[in-house]
Amino acid sequence: MIELYVLLGLMIAGAIIAVEVKNLLSAVVAVGIVGLGLSIIFLLLKAPDVALTQIVVEIVAVILLIRATLHRDIALKSCGSRPFGALMGILFLGLAVVAAIVTFSSGLSPFGEPLMTVSRFYPMNAISGTGATNVVSSVILDYRAYDTLGEATVLFTAVIGVLTVMRSVGKKKEEDLQENNE
Amino acid sequence: MSKEHEHGMTVIVKTVTRLTVGLIFLYGIYIILHGHLTPGGGFAGGVIIALSFMNLDLAFGGSVSAKIFSKGSTAVVEALGAVMFLVLALFGLRYGGFFDNFLHPDGDPGQLISAGIIPLENIAISLKVGAGLFGIFLTLIVLQKFESEKK
Repeated sequence: MIELYVLLGLMIAGAIIAVEVKNLLSAVVAVGIVGLGLSIIFLLLKAPDVALTQIVVEIVAVILLIRATLHRDIALKSCGSRPFGALMGILFLGLAVVAAIVTFSSGLSPFGEPLMTVSRFYPMNAISGTGATNVVSSVILDYRAYDTLGEATVLFTAVIGVLTVMRSVGKKKEEDLQENNE
Repeated sequence: MSKEHEHGMTVIVKTVTRLTVGLIFLYGIYIILHGHLTPGGGFAGGVIIALSFMNLDLAFGGSVSAKIFSKGSTAVVEALGAVMFLVLALFGLRYGGFFDNFLHPDGDPGQLISAGIIPLENIAISLKVGAGLFGIFLTLIVLQKFESEKK
């Protein structure tokens, strides 16, 4: 379990660096550390499906962020001291810690237990029920295909949104360029 | 230097990309087609295929992979994947219910052709995810190109 805590510490450090560092490219790289650490943690917790998806999506996200930030001058203004915000942050962090102590004072149950009736059904019956040896695949595409349909709809909506928003900007820029040329 | 070398990154990056981009593409297809047997599936495989196109774009400059896979065709392919997924779901209605695995008895577990409609659903999702993400990437690059031309 010690390697999990080392990776968690690395991820927290990466997240803090990403917030605090002044250079945008360094911040993006630090965000990439968080995603890589999360992927390795998924592997250690024996979830290769999620680990694969996590690392691949993380690469895409980092590439997109680098392309979006590399040649752009975004003025980083250090906004002065905000005592009210800091106070509220500390207050809610304290509340969260108190709630966690109260909730978990009787001790956490071990990871993956108790196994629910539904989640016990899938490993027992997935191969005979669907014929897929990858149980995760049989869950997301057969038993829980409605969820996958909803997820696909979310992605579809996101892509349509990006294409629509960016297209209007691009057209406007194009017209500006033509006007400038004339 | 020829005109090919004017855009994109250095010759080293271009050579390595030329050697590896096909392997990345094949790995994505492998992940998709074996999604019902080994870890992975439509989502991860689709993103890997989109990554191979992004790799071309980053190494050779913006317009190379847009010639192979333009922004208009990404929209078409993404819609095709979504429609394929829905049609598979609706075919299930004929046999018992929405998303019914109507092809299930064909093939033994562990074989490439098995698990009924799950591989087909994987292919549909991979088309959707890969084309959608690559479309987003192309859109952002085009936006940036206009910005850099403006400067």
